[in-house]
Amino acid sequence: MAATAESLERKEKLQGIGCSRKRKEDPRFIQGKGIYVDDVKLPGMVYGALVRSPHAHARIKSINKEKALALPGVITVLTADDLKPLNLHWMPTLGSDVQAVLADEKVGFQLQEVAMVIAEERYIAADGVDLVEVEYEELPAITDPHKSMDPDAPIIREDLVGKDEVGHGKRLHDNHIFTWEAGDKDSTDAVFDKAEVTIKEEILNPRVHPCPIETCGCVASFDKINGHLTVHMTTQNSHLVRTVLAMLSGIPESKIRVITNDIGGGFGNKVPIYPGYVVAIVASIVLGRPVKWIESRIENLSTTGFARDYHGTAELAADKEGHIQALRFNVLADHGAFNAHVSATKWPAGLFSICTGSYDIPTAYVKVDAVFTNKAPGGVAYRCSLRVTEAVYLIERMIDILAQKLNIDKAEIRRRNFIQADQFPYNTSLGWTLDSGNYGPALDKVLKAVDYEGLRKEQAEKRAKGELMGIGISTFTEIVGAGPTKACDILGIGLFDSCEIRVNPTGSAIARMGTQSQGQGHETTYAQIIATELGIPSDEIQVEEGDTDKAPYGAGTWGSRTTPVGAAAVTKAARKIRDKARKIAAHLLEVSEDDLEWDVDQFRVKGVPDQVKTMKEIAMAAYSNVPEGMENGLEAVDYYDPPNFTFPFGAYVCVIDIDPQTGEIKVRRFYALDDCGTRINDMIIEGQIHGGLTEAFAVSMGQLIDFDEEGNLLGNSLMDYFVPTAVETPHWETDYTVTPSPHHPLGAKGVAESPHVGGIPCFSNAVIDALSHLGVTHVDMPHTAARIWKKLHELGVAK
Amino acid sequence: MIPPSFQYHAPGSVDDAVALLSQYGDEAKLLAGGHSLLPMMKLRFAEPEHLVDINNIESLKGIREENGEIVIGAMTTESALISSALLQEKCPLLPEAAGLIGDPQVRNRGTIGGDIAHGDPANDHPALMMALDAIFTLVGPNGSRQVAANDFYLGTFYTALEADEILTEIRFSPQSPNTGASYHKLKRKTGDFATAAAAAVIEMSGDTCQRARITLTNLGPTALRVKDAEAVLVGQVITDDLIDQAAQKAMDICDPVQDLRGDVEYKTHMAGEMTRRAIKTAIERAKG
Ligand SMILES: Cc1cc2nc3c(=O)[nH]c(=O)nc-3n(C[C@H](O)[C@H](O)[C@H](O)COP(=O)(O)OP(=O)(O)OC[C@H]3O[C@@H](n4cnc5c(N)ncnc54)[C@H](O)[C@@H]3O)c2cc1C
Repeated sequence: MAATAESLERKEKLQGIGCSRKRKEDPRFIQGKGIYVDDVKLPGMVYGALVRSPHAHARIKSINKEKALALPGVITVLTADDLKPLNLHWMPTLGSDVQAVLADEKVGFQLQEVAMVIAEERYIAADGVDLVEVEYEELPAITDPHKSMDPDAPIIREDLVGKDEVGHGKRLHDNHIFTWEAGDKDSTDAVFDKAEVTIKEEILNPRVHPCPIETCGCVASFDKINGHLTVHMTTQNSHLVRTVLAMLSGIPESKIRVITNDIGGGFGNKVPIYPGYVVAIVASIVLGRPVKWIESRIENLSTTGFARDYHGTAELAADKEGHIQALRFNVLADHGAFNAHVSATKWPAGLFSICTGSYDIPTAYVKVDAVFTNKAPGGVAYRCSLRVTEAVYLIERMIDILAQKLNIDKAEIRRRNFIQADQFPYNTSLGWTLDSGNYGPALDKVLKAVDYEGLRKEQAEKRAKGELMGIGISTFTEIVGAGPTKACDILGIGLFDSCEIRVNPTGSAIARMGTQSQGQGHETTYAQIIATELGIPSDEIQVEEGDTDKAPYGAGTWGSRTTPVGAAAVTKAARKIRDKARKIAAHLLEVSEDDLEWDVDQFRVKGVPDQVKTMKEIAMAAYSNVPEGMENGLEAVDYYDPPNFTFPFGAYVCVIDIDPQTGEIKVRRFYALDDCGTRINDMIIEGQIHGGLTEAFAVSMGQLIDFDEEGNLLGNSLMDYFVPTAVETPHWETDYTVTPSPHHPLGAKGVAESPHVGGIPCFSNAVIDALSHLGVTHVDMPHTAARIWKKLHELGVAK
Repeated sequence: MIPPSFQYHAPGSVDDAVALLSQYGDEAKLLAGGHSLLPMMKLRFAEPEHLVDINNIESLKGIREENGEIVIGAMTTESALISSALLQEKCPLLPEAAGLIGDPQVRNRGTIGGDIAHGDPANDHPALMMALDAIFTLVGPNGSRQVAANDFYLGTFYTALEADEILTEIRFSPQSPNTGASYHKLKRKTGDFATAAAAAVIEMSGDTCQRARITLTNLGPTALRVKDAEAVLVGQVITDDLIDQAAQKAMDICDPVQDLRGDVEYKTHMAGEMTRRAIKTAIERAKG
């Protein structure tokens, strides 16, 4: 039946899928009315502050609490010895290792947690921290992962001595964690041995930090009377946290409630469980009073979830025309003092094997070795799926280097290697099945939009005058939406997600999910999906997440899994309701279900236009007049286990100019085309692209968590750590194509991480392109003015 | 990020403030805009027991012309400098450079007096004041005295100011005819201190340089005046080669410390590059 003007009008009023509906969250954010964890104040609440180690590697000889305890207002000071009787001085990590909650005889990184002072006031707690006396015996520190496995390297983890495995296979050294491999080593080596062209480059994804504006923190509140533990926490995955807390504490999971209100950014930093949370919870259990613990900026940057620190050696084998025949990537991964790397159980190196990218590479082999160093633990996925930025960075850099070596245009070499549209679903040589893609047209659209030929001409003219201009291209493929439970679990829990929808008698609805918005606008977009599926206006749909007592179980929001997994659960729950509504409508209209057709917000009898029942009428009937044998009510729950990941892709072009005398880089233009399949809300997608590109700009141009040889962190405040403001941030141009996912109920993929993953290599490719005529094939990030100037000075360009 | 406790005082006059400083000596600190002092207190690098807030002292605020001189009260904010019509006309260097300090929050609270008195070589006003040949008025228990900007800075966080003295006023001459001034500041991002910066005030007569002041920010233990560079230029017909020589003099005297903005080699070269740019712009402006 053709849509009538009248039904189109009804459709528009719903503000469903495809509408750039304004964000429902924004009125409260703009007015400063969001509720963040530090806004939570409970009666009788006390405050925790951590005593931290000034040394990166040291033995603790003694801890003296006396002076701190003597300060009026200090209630208690907890150390590892106090947690031991509860067996909570160590905790499991997401990387199958254990981590000291409070340092147990030894510290392994600077600012490691040593004790917590609990006081009546936050200021007194800080004064108390200064009064705790800790005596250390310093030990030599390792900050360079290449030295971790030296024969005479100091042993970082004495607690693991004698264990030949930490969850992921054999260890080769006391500072070694695991070796992980994918692909076929022998056939890859064979291709390399006889290839016409091979290239090799050392490429670092340096240690960075996601640096959400809101730092981590919690308010733990244990009720001694009924044995309930409530934890207000800024976490991306409250349900997983609840399960871990039950495992750790022995409190029945039914008596633990994790509440997450608004979150001021997560970017992977708010996935793990940190020592501060555990100590605050123990303190609350011991004292029977609510305990608040909130990190400072320095604590956040120095100790919680860093990202990357992947030291890659990348190789490609190709023919003379630039067709890639084999890929070989070896990585040394620096995991810090504990393996708190966030990974699904079977994926110790995350989804790094997506590194064949958008290209038809028949043979490949990758190997990742992880080691301990005296740096903060972690390895979170900073605005990407686990280890995907690292993977995409390597392939997108390497294809540029191959082009340079063979003197082939950097757009052309990509065309020659793209997986073609008719090859999908495409099985990569490292074991993934890419669901859908159409890479060539996306690249062509972008090249045309920026006048690529014109830019190359201008670049040639500038070079003749000694000026430095660079054009970067990135044609990336992402992997998001973890994930099929047969492949992915965390601590044994499958990575499905969930949604529960209840339609009220008067036709409005409330929906709850196992995901968790950190600013992405879930309240807005989830409502749009339900609006389209059920014909209920978006404004009448209440979306709630982040209270484990209310929402169904889910794995939370990270790795762009909300749309691929959560939104699929939403769609399927809504469709269950619509199926029931159809039965009720058939009953009310006294026809068979097959005689009905769905029209925006109502069922109508085919061929009888005035015989209709609106969703509103059906909702009321669900509570008053249902067919015989049917239960009352109109609600559904869905737990969605995706059959596969989704594989969004994009084509980006960046144009930069370099000031040869200062090394400063100016981004002149950045054009980003993204294909995330079906688009739910263009405005929100664009906002996510802007944010992701800005973080990509930050990583490539300035972010670095760096250490001196003693393991002192250099630059742990926003004075030094680069978070771009509106002044530095380039102007973004966005575009899209639509290639739906064949296996997702809406055809949607994920989008918010693509710009980060695809943007970083695009910036680097532009910078190195600007220097390529001088023989430069690679320089590591971050491309700060000082580092670029050094290179230019070496090359004799800068004075 | 939480300071230890302290006593707070808010005197209404310079005399009362001086009396408090005399009473508490080393244990007291003046609080102006707080944008240098409070971060240091939060990191517990500074732990004053008494804070003497001078924001209520109205006589310390404002910009005026007096006997052919420009007079700026120590408690005048960067934002006030930027929006001052008088300065834009008679000393455009100052509003231009103040716009490069920190970010809007910093400029709305931070004061010229605090920036000068703090003695931080990374601050921008010291080099500007030296380039302008400014004179500071310091008031203490024994009355007031005048110290030239070029004699004020003795070391990092170490100035001619006594513990019981307040900087009340800054005086300098308006920009003379045929003079151009410029401040070139290289920084990593907005809100950052200078990686390297140079101020140039140059008077020209035709193509010949009559008078020059060249000073540097964050390139040594204090702001630096590069007299050798001035000497290269004064009395000469200016050529690119001479400007390069002046820039080299700046590189020769600077003594930067390595930090995350760059190493010594980079900062030294940037001292040269900023000097070159500042001189060129100043000359262009002098020639109108
Ligand atoms: C993010 C950030 C970025 C910044 N970037 C820059 C920059 O790019 N360039 C720059 O120059 N500065 C920068 N600053 C510093 C800023 O300009 C400060 O405001 C300034 O250095 C101090 O001025 P204040 O009024 O805030 O003084 P306060 O912080 O209140 O005081 C500083 C010191 O001076 C003393 N003092 C203050 N007033 C007087 C007085 N009248 N007499 C005697 N002693 C006095 C105080 O006792 C204290 O020791 C930045 C600060 C921040 C937080």
